[in-house]
Amino acid sequence: MTHSSAAYLIRGARIAGGDPADILIRDGAIAEIGTGLGAAGAAVVEADGLIALPGLVDLHTHLREPGREDAETVASGTRAAAAGGYTAVHAMANTDPVADTAGVVEQVWRLGRESGRCDVQPVGAVTRDLAGAQLAELGAMADSAAGVRVFSDDGHCVSDALLMRRALEYVKAFDGVVAQHAQEPRLTENAQMNEGVVSDRLGLAGWPAVAEEAVIARDCLLTEHVGSRLHVCHVSTKGSVQILRWAKSRGCDVTAEVTPHHLLLTDDLAESYDPVYKVNPPLRTAEDVQALREGLADGTIDCVATDHAPHPAEAKETEWATAAMGMLGLETALSVVQHTMVDTGLLDWAGLARRMSAEPARIGRLAGHGRPIAPGEPANVTLYDADTASDIDPAALASKSANTPFRGMRLPGSIQATFLRGVPTVLDGKIQ
Amino acid sequence: MRHLLSAGDLTRDEALLVLDTAAELAQVSGRSVKKLPTLRGRTVVNLFYEDSTRTRTSFELAAKRLSADVVNFSAKGSSVSKGESLKDTALTLQAMGADGVVVRHSASGAAHRLAEWVDGSVLNAGDGTHEHPTQALLDVYTMRERLGRLDGLRVAIVGDVLHSRVARSNVLLLHTLGAEVTLVAPPTLVPVSVHTWPCSVSYDLDAVLPKSDVVMLLRVQAERMHDAFFPTAREYSRRYGLDGERFARMQDDAIVMHPGPMVRGMEISAEVADSARSTVNEQVANGVSVRMAVLYLLLGGS
Repeated sequence: MTHSSAAYLIRGARIAGGDPADILIRDGAIAEIGTGLGAAGAAVVEADGLIALPGLVDLHTHLREPGREDAETVASGTRAAAAGGYTAVHAMANTDPVADTAGVVEQVWRLGRESGRCDVQPVGAVTRDLAGAQLAELGAMADSAAGVRVFSDDGHCVSDALLMRRALEYVKAFDGVVAQHAQEPRLTENAQMNEGVVSDRLGLAGWPAVAEEAVIARDCLLTEHVGSRLHVCHVSTKGSVQILRWAKSRGCDVTAEVTPHHLLLTDDLAESYDPVYKVNPPLRTAEDVQALREGLADGTIDCVATDHAPHPAEAKETEWATAAMGMLGLETALSVVQHTMVDTGLLDWAGLARRMSAEPARIGRLAGHGRPIAPGEPANVTLYDADTASDIDPAALASKSANTPFRGMRLPGSIQATFLRGVPTVLDGKIQ
Repeated sequence: MRHLLSAGDLTRDEALLVLDTAAELAQVSGRSVKKLPTLRGRTVVNLFYEDSTRTRTSFELAAKRLSADVVNFSAKGSSVSKGESLKDTALTLQAMGADGVVVRHSASGAAHRLAEWVDGSVLNAGDGTHEHPTQALLDVYTMRERLGRLDGLRVAIVGDVLHSRVARSNVLLLHTLGAEVTLVAPPTLVPVSVHTWPCSVSYDLDAVLPKSDVVMLLRVQAERMHDAFFPTAREYSRRYGLDGERFARMQDDAIVMHPGPMVRGMEISAEVADSARSTVNEQVANGVSVRMAVLYLLLGGS
C-alpha cells in the first residue's frame, strides 16, 4: 500500500464505548492516546460519536479460493472483511484442493498478504482431503510460513472418536487447537433443517440438536482426558450451551463460537422454502437463540465467528433440498451483534470487543491482533457508528455473492473506518 | 385462491366449495360425452419430476374434460434431464403462457418455489414428504360420499406418517372439516413433534380399529427397514398390517382407504383390498372429479 507511513489522528472516538479520546496512529502503531492531541502532519479523521473497537478477528471464514472463485476470492472476501470492520480472518480449509498441505495453506496465506486489506490466517484440515480417515500433515502446516495453529475439517465432523483423540493429542506439540464441526453424521444423513415442529410440518428431513450436543460432550471429555485444547465451531443449541458450561466448570480447556445468524434467526424462516435460510448447523428455535445470547454474555461461548459462506446465485435459486448450505456474514456481523447483544443490554462495547477481537485472536494464537487500543499496540482499529440504521441490500455488499439471510432487514450501525496496521482499508465508510 | 400448495391453506368454506363443485362435476363423468367447455383456451402444464402415472393421468383427464389444452412435461426426455434448473423450467413455462402448472416433485417445497417464479396458478400434485392436497381432497370427498358426513368422523391413518405427504395433507384437511384423526404407526415412523399436530397418535392398531369409521392405510416401503425404522417387513405387517382378522374387528360400516399404489401383503392383505368396503377404486374415480373442481376454481375465473 502506498500510504503505509502516513499518520492519522482519530478525533473524539469512544474507545470500546468509553469517554471520547483522540488516537494518534503513526508507522502502523498507536503512538498516543489523549485529549486535544495535535495533528502535526497527520490526516485528521473526525470520529465524534463513533466507537473505536480493536480490529475485528474472525475465526471462521470461507474465502472459497482456491477452487470456487465464482463464489468468492481472497481478494473479494478480504474486501468484505474490511467493510465489516475485520482486520484478520481465519480462512477455512474446505477449498478445492483442500488446505491439507503446507503448499495450499501457504498459497492462501500469500494471497491474503497480496490483498493487503485484511490478514488471512489459513486454517488447516485435520484429516487428508477432509475424508475423516487419516490425519493431514498438521506439523508441516504448523511449521510453514502460514504458521497454522487452528485445524478444522469444518463442513465435516471428525466423527471417528479415535481420530479425534489423536488429533487433539498431536496438536499439543505446537500449541494448536482442533476446531470441531460438531455433527454426528448418522443422525444427520440428508438433514435439511432443525428437527422440530417446523421441519415436521414442511416435510424436510430433520437435523436434531442431539447430533451436535452428543459430539460436543464426547469431545469435551476427550480433550480433558488428553489435556489438549478444543474449539467448538458454530454452537447452535441450548443443550450445547449447557454442556459447554458444564465442561468449563470441570476445567476442560474448551472454547466455543456462535455465529451472528444463530444469535438472531430462527427455523420458522424455512416456511418460505427459500434456501437463503439453509445453513449448517441449521437455524434453531427462539429458545435456542435466547440460550446462545446468554451463553455469549456469560462467557460460556467465548466469541462470535461469522461462518461467512458465499454461494453463487444458482446454488440458492433452487429447491431447498438441492441448495447449498451457508450464509454471508462478514459485512453484517457487527450490526447483528450490536442488535442482539448490545442493544438488548447483554453486553457492553468492551464485552463485544473481547468477543469479536481479543478472544478469537487468543484462540487462534494470532499475534498482533485482538490487542487493546493502547499506545505501542499495532494500529488495528475499527470506527463504528452505532447510532445509524439501514436496510440490508445484498447488491451493496462487497462479497462476490449475495446470499445474506438479513436481506431487507433493518439493522443498526455502520462501519466508518477500518485500519490495518495504520493503513485505512475503509475510510469514510468506503473500501480503500 | 390463486394456488393450491397446502391443504392447510383451505378454509372450511373453501374446502366444502371444492367438494360440492366436485359433486356437480362428477355428473359429467357419467355422461356419454364427458366434456365441458369451461377451460377452453386455457393451458395446463403437467410438470412431473417423479413418475406417477396415476396422478398425472388423473390431472390430464380432469383438465381435458374441462376442455383445457394440456401439455405433459415429464422430467425424462426433456431439458430437465440435461440439468436445467427448476427456475429455468418455470421461466420457460411462463414464457409459453401456462395458465396452470400441476407439479409433482421429489423435493419438499418445490411447488412453493415454483409459485414464486410463475404468474399462473400452481397446483401441488405432491412435493417430497410435504403435502399432496388434491389427494386429501379426494379422500375426504370419498368419505363424505360413503358415510354422509365429515364432522365428528373418526379417521385412523395407519403407516409411514413420517415420510407421507398424504398423511400431512389429510391431517390438516380433516381437522379443518371437523373429523377426529388418529395416526397409527410404530414410533419410528411418526415425526418427533407430532404432539403439536391437530390429531391423536397411537402405536396400537388393534386398540384403534374398533373405534374408527375410516381406516386409511399408507404405503410403506419395505426398504425402510434398512434405515432401522422397523426390524423386518414381516414384523411391520404383523403389528400394523390390515389383514382379514383385523378387518373383521372393524365396525360394520367402516371403510378402508388407500392412496395407492398398494403393497399387498405388507400394509394390506388382498382380501381386504378387494372387499366391498375398500374404496380404492372409488378414490381413483373421485380423483378426477376433485381435480376438475380444483382446476375450475383456480382457472375458471375471467
